[in-house]
Amino acid sequence: MSIKNILSKPLSSFISLALLTLGIGIISLLLQLNSLIKDQMDNNLRGIDMVVGAKGSPLQLILSSVYHVDSPTGNISYKEAEKISNNRMVGSSIKLLYGDNHKGYRIVGTEKKFIDLYKSVFEEGKEWEKPFEVIVGSKVHKNLNIKIGDKLVSSHGLRETGESHEDQSFEVVGLLKPSNSVIDQLIITSPESVWDIHDTHNHNDTNDNFENENKHDHEHEDEHEHEHDEYDDKEITAMLIKFSSPMNIIQFPRQINETTNLQAAVPSYEISRLFKLFGFGIDTISYLAYLIIIVSGFSLFINLFNAMNERKYEMALIRTIGATRFQLSSMIILESLILTLLGFGLGLLFSRFGVMFVSSLMEESINYNLSSIKILSEELWLLVLSVILGVLSSLIPAIQVYKMNISKILADA
Amino acid sequence: MIKTNNLNFNYDNKVFFNFKNINLKNGEDLLIIGNSGIGKTTLLHLLAGLLKTDSGSINIYGQELKNFSNHQLDQFRRENIGIVFQRAHFINSLTVKENLQLAQYIGKKNNNDRIENILKNLNIFDKSDKKTNQLSQGEKQRVSIAMAIVNSPKLILADEPTSSLDDFNCKNVINLLKKQASDYGAQLIVITHDSRLKEHFKKQLKL
Repeated sequence: MSIKNILSKPLSSFISLALLTLGIGIISLLLQLNSLIKDQMDNNLRGIDMVVGAKGSPLQLILSSVYHVDSPTGNISYKEAEKISNNRMVGSSIKLLYGDNHKGYRIVGTEKKFIDLYKSVFEEGKEWEKPFEVIVGSKVHKNLNIKIGDKLVSSHGLRETGESHEDQSFEVVGLLKPSNSVIDQLIITSPESVWDIHDTHNHNDTNDNFENENKHDHEHEDEHEHEHDEYDDKEITAMLIKFSSPMNIIQFPRQINETTNLQAAVPSYEISRLFKLFGFGIDTISYLAYLIIIVSGFSLFINLFNAMNERKYEMALIRTIGATRFQLSSMIILESLILTLLGFGLGLLFSRFGVMFVSSLMEESINYNLSSIKILSEELWLLVLSVILGVLSSLIPAIQVYKMNISKILADA
Repeated sequence: MIKTNNLNFNYDNKVFFNFKNINLKNGEDLLIIGNSGIGKTTLLHLLAGLLKTDSGSINIYGQELKNFSNHQLDQFRRENIGIVFQRAHFINSLTVKENLQLAQYIGKKNNNDRIENILKNLNIFDKSDKKTNQLSQGEKQRVSIAMAIVNSPKLILADEPTSSLDDFNCKNVINLLKKQASDYGAQLIVITHDSRLKEHFKKQLKL
């Protein structure tokens, strides 16, 4: 009955429904995106208590070395980084080295621990053994259709347009399974590969290639004995650190910032700062969305109120058949509830499509994947809100029907 | 048995009505005839329990209406009374059949055979899936008779059922009403100013 009434007035029902869908949709979309981005950020923060890099913006340091979206702040010397990683407050550390990309995907020189940090698993192949062997993240090899044994040419810098190192290519030795973290969109290799490719680049000598190859082999054999001496003059971009005890997070970053010319940044702190920054924009949009919901409530009210005036003979008729006032009033409330619940459902659907759309956009621009979609507890609050809205907007019409003087209405007919 | 005694009713203390007593045995039909404005519709609403009397009593089948609460009046109406209005009212968003089903639902009954039977009897079975605003005036009148009898009331109240009809249709409708009432074992009270109906009723009351 209520459904038929809604269907018999498609236009006005549709307007209230559209408004409500829009309002609920926007709020739910914001909630979803917020939670997905937070999830994604937290996922990538796993196991990283602090990042050490060159002086500059701490947020930039975090974005570049944890999320791999911004340019690095600069390089730091290997020696100093090593000093920090030997500090007793450091549980474990991973050195990172940037410089190149392959078709826009960053090539990171790092340690093998990096793979374990993101709990990544090999789909095929194995870890690198020599320089210029690389392991490719899931999204990279899926998008570029890379297989084991392929040769990748890198270009200088972090953008696709950089000068390419035509003379030196990487050989793919491993493919990773998706881990839903940044490693999916990275190409990782040993730090030596990155150091060497830039040595080659600088010398620009015809014999260089050959020389370098020899050097690699030598390096590789003696890696363990000579590690410190050999790398002393080298530079790295950043170092990810996990503390030996969580308590160190208070003291250690400050100590580094004050006593060395390195910069230490705490990702969880910087990210919450970032969220506060764009939280303002999110708040504004959500107020707007709540306003739309309120307007939709009014529209619903006017819709029901008009319909009630038009249908008062019908109401009176139903009463003469013997329906109680209560039955009629609850019918009106039910009608409103059906509309609001429908609006809620459509709104959620709308937000899901929105999330899919946004995540496809984001995937292209910054290589992020926001794939998992679930119902959030905040959305249950939206459900409660729409039920309240449905009841409130139908309350006055329902009361009016309750007090209706059937005899008078029928006599006026 | 339907009995009224010294019924009074007023609208806002401006218009006062005093009605002659009705005394009707079970199985008897009654024509209440009178000119416009002397409270015929008011009397019908009083009998149907849609209005409450100021003074006097209405006793229908042994039940005193003025002792009933609103809720009890609804229930009483649901179980005992069917009303045919001068102008037919339906739920426009529903079909003929759905209107009748709704009436049954409110009357806490569920009997599709009876709906089918009534519609066939009134010769409008082929319209059962039409929306009510697609019907002709005559068809609407029949559907409103169907609405009145679908829940097997003991008493059918008809308010000016023929006033807008020509002689031919007037005769048709009143015969239909009487036939339906007797077919389904209900008493009929018709309230009208239409003197053409006089010849159809043995028992008459002039207001």
